[in-house]
Amino acid sequence: MNATLPFAQTETPINYLNADYGWKSWLFATDHKRIALLYLFSITAFFFVGGAFAVAMRINLLTPEGIFSHDTYNKLFTMHGIIMVFFFLVPSIPATLGNFLVPMMIGARDLAFPRINLLSWYIYIVGGIFTLTAVFQGGVDTGWTFYAPFSSSYSNTHVILAALGIFVSGFSSILTGLNFIVTIHKMRAPGMTWNRLPLFIWGHYATSLIQVLGTPVIAITMVLLGLERVLHAGIFDPTLGGDPILFQHLFWFYSHPAVYIMILPGMAVISEIVACFSRKAIFGYGFVAYSSIAIAVFSFIVWGHHLFVSGQSMYASMVFSFFSFLVAIPSAIKVFNWTATMYKGSISYETPMLYAFGFMGLFTIGGLTGLFLATMAIDVHVTDTYFVIAHFHYVMVGGMVMAYMGGIHFWFPKISGRLYPEGWAKFAALLVFAGFNLTFFPQFILGYQGMPRRYAHYPPEFQVLNVMSTAGASILALGYLIPMIYLAWAWRYGPKSPQNPWNAKGLEWEQSPTPPPTFNFEHQPVVTEPAYNYSGEEQEVKLG
Amino acid sequence: MADSEAILAPQEPELRHHFDDSAQQLEASTLGMWVFLVTEVMFFGGMFGAYIVYRNMYPEAFASTSHFMNVTIGAINTGVLIFSSFTMVLAVRSAQLRQKKALIAFLILTLILGCVFLSLKYVEYHEKWVDHHIPGPGFQYADPRYFHQAQILFYLYFAMTGMHAIHMIVGAGLLITLIVMAARNRFSSGWYTPVEMIGLYWHFVDIVWIFLFPLLYLIGHTQ
Repeated sequence: MNATLPFAQTETPINYLNADYGWKSWLFATDHKRIALLYLFSITAFFFVGGAFAVAMRINLLTPEGIFSHDTYNKLFTMHGIIMVFFFLVPSIPATLGNFLVPMMIGARDLAFPRINLLSWYIYIVGGIFTLTAVFQGGVDTGWTFYAPFSSSYSNTHVILAALGIFVSGFSSILTGLNFIVTIHKMRAPGMTWNRLPLFIWGHYATSLIQVLGTPVIAITMVLLGLERVLHAGIFDPTLGGDPILFQHLFWFYSHPAVYIMILPGMAVISEIVACFSRKAIFGYGFVAYSSIAIAVFSFIVWGHHLFVSGQSMYASMVFSFFSFLVAIPSAIKVFNWTATMYKGSISYETPMLYAFGFMGLFTIGGLTGLFLATMAIDVHVTDTYFVIAHFHYVMVGGMVMAYMGGIHFWFPKISGRLYPEGWAKFAALLVFAGFNLTFFPQFILGYQGMPRRYAHYPPEFQVLNVMSTAGASILALGYLIPMIYLAWAWRYGPKSPQNPWNAKGLEWEQSPTPPPTFNFEHQPVVTEPAYNYSGEEQEVKLG
Repeated sequence: MADSEAILAPQEPELRHHFDDSAQQLEASTLGMWVFLVTEVMFFGGMFGAYIVYRNMYPEAFASTSHFMNVTIGAINTGVLIFSSFTMVLAVRSAQLRQKKALIAFLILTLILGCVFLSLKYVEYHEKWVDHHIPGPGFQYADPRYFHQAQILFYLYFAMTGMHAIHMIVGAGLLITLIVMAARNRFSSGWYTPVEMIGLYWHFVDIVWIFLFPLLYLIGHTQ
């Protein structure tokens, strides 16, 4: 209905990309769209560094004897975890797609604090430099969890440098969250009521709450850990009267909510994609919106399920177990509502939708196996096995990375003004799905049979499943490399995109040129209809 | 871009391009500052959490270490900080009334009080250094029963008051910035958002001390 071109093909109007070309216009950019691109490139770089460590681990696990020493292997999985968690997954969707789209979706000209937004990127880069320096100086071997007293007293690797990197980059996450909260509260266009916000915004709002409330705690935890490593005062060392469980509590008080920092933006993207490619309003808008907030709230009262075998009080464990089950409710609401949205929709199978299908299936498996782990008796059996690895990779890679890829494809025309090659993209999406399952499904079986994680060597009877997993990892790596190549190609040579190639609803598609001008809109947008009004009816969505 | 800039050209010099009016800008700044203070609460909250754990674990050692805290200096510092919050409020009020001289005077007074606090803190830290109460290889403690536990408690003391002192130093730097801005007539138009925001920050740092003083110095002191 509005796929018409807003401008002639022959001349390119001024947009945020061609407004200025100098390097200063990028490195001192305060435009949220340019900062989103700065993040996009740096995050992609970290993704491939973290991925390289994963590939090295999988190669080592091809044979029971492995090829790396135990020390090297310890460093490989640690650096994989630190880089992927703190430098890819946490900032991935919020700092790139969120940065680009939050102001556009609510009809604002920029985020509330553009210079703080730029500052957050620089902080991220400084944190990354610290962590990469730790890598190049020989790495860290504590696991990404930094459990004391090993990390504080016994490890002979660059713990302080890596902890400093996490401390610094945390402030980038805090500032992004702070910026989003203020922007969503104060910068909405006329008519953009809370009930009309796209679910992408609700998801990012919930994410920002966790970033703002959780990240400062990991920051101070890293400070206490670093000081303890220098002073050896014994605050986390049981031989000196300290309590190592306290470190685990402080660490997981952030790091469990951080899991929802990683998945909520993914859910936010999926809501947009599912509605667009089913040509229907999201089923139960209010439930999906409030389930994001519910997940954010529950996320802060479940951290103790990481401590079931730590010697924590049994009664505390029971409470944490109960709350962990509760998280399944809002998560399931989302999956059910996406499914109900598709029911009787006119579904089409473009690449973003393929990733959304992948997300829904894999996230469901990841979520349901999470219930196994919330059950104390089963958790004791599978703690520190590949079952746990498979579970959270189904959520983080099968869920979040799928959503990230889907979102990148969905908004690629908006960001670059070009169309990507659909055939290659579908091929890569299928490759990712197949490769992912081949990599991680065998790990469920391995874990259930008792293969512990974080070991360089393993008994020969586990070899077949490990070879399958490594084979899948190679396919998965190819599935991530192909989009890198064709997206880079399409950015320069792809056919120009019309303003709204998907016929999608939302201010960013309907009221802003593609690619957008520096101030996003040519006129102040005014919102007159609920989100996802694909049926075109003038109906107001009721919350709750 | 040039066109939209012309359309959006701010009527007031301090209004930035992406806000509709200065009321919206002020609301955004205020909310942003409060959200930032929430993150600060969580930041200190981690250490308060550790404090609660060890206080419950080692109550006798706590009572023992509190005798080595300089309550006199702590009490004076509490008074200094409360008074500095008062002068900060007067600075904000002077900014509202566009009284440049009074604004600068109260900001300088606040800065001086902050420096008095930090100087007294230095005296205290020096005492701890002389008494070998700095956690680490040189740590010594009079009562051998509590050697390890007291070391953890002094670790918490230095972590909490040290983090508070760092916030004071940052606050002093911000006050200097405000004084320079005020001297250059940046607040003459009636726009004084930075004074108000940094005022909020200053009060927050004061309130942290209001919690630290009784928790670290007073509880168990009379036992």
